[in-house]
Amino acid sequence: MTQLQGIAASSGIAIAKAYRLEAPDLSYDKTTVNEPAEEIKRLHDALEISKSELEKIKEHTKKSLGDEHAEIFSAHLLVLSDPEMIQPMENKIKTDSVNAEAALDETANMFIDMFKNMDNEYMKERAADIHDVTKRVLAHLLDAEFPDPALIDEQVVIVAEDLTPSDTAQLNKEFVQGFTTDIGGRTSHSAIMARSLEIPAVVGTKEITKQAEKGVTVIVDGLSGDVIVDPTDEQIESYKQKRSEFEEKKQEWAKLKDETTVSSDNEHVELAANIGTPDDVSGVLENGGEGIGLYRTEFLYMGKNQLPTEDEQFDAYSSVLKQMEDKPVVVRTLDIGGDKELDYLDLPDEMNPFLGFRAIRLCLERDDIFRTQLRALLRASVHGNLKIMFPMIATLDEFREAKAILTEEKENLTREGKEVADDIEVGIMVEIPATAVMAKQFAKEVDFFSIGTNDLIQYTMAADRMNERVSYLYQPYNPAILNLVNNVIEAAHTEGKWAGMCGEMAGDEIAIPILLGLGLDEFSMSSSSILPARTQILGLSKSEMSSFKDELLSMNTSEDVVAFVKEKAGLE
Amino acid sequence: MVEKTFKVTSADGVHARPATVLVQNAGKYESDINLHYKEKSVNLKSIMGIMSLGIPAGAEIKITAEGDDEQEAVDHLTQTMQNEGLGE
Repeated sequence: MTQLQGIAASSGIAIAKAYRLEAPDLSYDKTTVNEPAEEIKRLHDALEISKSELEKIKEHTKKSLGDEHAEIFSAHLLVLSDPEMIQPMENKIKTDSVNAEAALDETANMFIDMFKNMDNEYMKERAADIHDVTKRVLAHLLDAEFPDPALIDEQVVIVAEDLTPSDTAQLNKEFVQGFTTDIGGRTSHSAIMARSLEIPAVVGTKEITKQAEKGVTVIVDGLSGDVIVDPTDEQIESYKQKRSEFEEKKQEWAKLKDETTVSSDNEHVELAANIGTPDDVSGVLENGGEGIGLYRTEFLYMGKNQLPTEDEQFDAYSSVLKQMEDKPVVVRTLDIGGDKELDYLDLPDEMNPFLGFRAIRLCLERDDIFRTQLRALLRASVHGNLKIMFPMIATLDEFREAKAILTEEKENLTREGKEVADDIEVGIMVEIPATAVMAKQFAKEVDFFSIGTNDLIQYTMAADRMNERVSYLYQPYNPAILNLVNNVIEAAHTEGKWAGMCGEMAGDEIAIPILLGLGLDEFSMSSSSILPARTQILGLSKSEMSSFKDELLSMNTSEDVVAFVKEKAGLE
Repeated sequence: MVEKTFKVTSADGVHARPATVLVQNAGKYESDINLHYKEKSVNLKSIMGIMSLGIPAGAEIKITAEGDDEQEAVDHLTQTMQNEGLGE
């Protein structure tokens, strides 16, 4: 038995066997073979099994992410049946008497080099495709497993150093009971995805990959952040107990699903959800979300080879708007850059990606990309209650420029005879301290604010939220942050606008009483946090929380704030 | 041998998805099928072959087929070129 402490990233308890999601060791020795025919057969066997795996992954991807994302696997499959690729491998085995591993690797590398050296971005990316598929074949030649979330067909807990957003998107809830990683924090993308999929997760354990061998039983406690490897029978029993208690609590919360969110003194606030794909909407509705406060559109752009078309985007946005009926849906325009890269845009590496060419900065320069997205949004607007939000706005000029492009595209569409809603609110995400400070000026021009706390905190504290060594500076309750948040809310209300929050803080039990007191209008969080938040707000008096405002804003430290709120809001 | 010449009309040239469909369809025939562009010629059943040509918009390409089902193959691939908006 080994116990590790990580960061509770997604609530719930998982008990299952470990499935290690990691690249296998693919080193091999080049040897001389005496029976080339047998070697060629080994090669073909490895190719066949790889093809059948790719078929499975393709089917799974089609189901979970749609046809467009699955397309890439069709190309991968063709590479594995390509006569121009297989023939040279067979020839190498026959004439040079080398083993299949060497024949495969050397032939693939020849093609990879050829594609890499072409003066064409598209071809350079194909080099990566060939690399991906041949790794899978090489693994089979070496009798190693090449794991993939789509291939899991039994109940497991995933153990990995980290999970990429596309790994997480592929997780099948039916089999994946939970996951745990070495690195990451509560706001890393895998953690955010885990919450929207409602899979228990503990991240940042530092050494789970060192501790958990494949197949060993692992308990993931997404409530406390504990991970237990190879637990005793008593521990398994007690966690099963804890799991059923949690399930019961969830059923209690579920009774509030169709209730509105009001404080004990009858003040209404809106509880909305953060989503990444149209598939997440069902979870929002099941959890009683009153709207969508943040639709991250990045997933439409990720895990593929080219930009999504206008129609493709229109379908996704319309689907979300229709499913939400007339409830508000705030769509954030493309926020790429920083830790979210798109290979096909071929952006240069930057020293400080979080301070670099990303989000609205990129969209204003590459306005072809931006305009396509805006057109798709405007066309979809007739299907529901759409609000458009620009990310990473630092100056009024950026907002004005983005809004002018939006207005232009609206006029273009009207001229083309396309219908566009008239009442689309246009707001900004407040995540840059400069913008929070200037909220008064912004409030005269925007229709709403949504405070993105994950970035606002990292920019205000000048601490990379992915860097564990400075994680102590990630302080949501630091009075500096609270003052910025208050400034934004006050500025909005002075101009008769609304202010929301779509960072992780909005669903946090310590932050909720503070934010309620500061007058926040909309709280947007992971779907799974909505019902607990509604339960909490029902028991809080907004006027009482407001009365603590001045005292809170003038406190000295984050610890002081936490101790004060815990006492006043009756938290343990 | 049957052959047919096309002008590539797709703005991106012969790119990923249409190229995939072409190769998939070519693979359904017994005939030897080749694609000729400039002075180069590649096996149309090979995705790597097609991609290595990097055929741009406006290019003139020729598809040739030789074998028992050569006519059907060329007819089908002509259809594919049109359906995928690749060329005419």
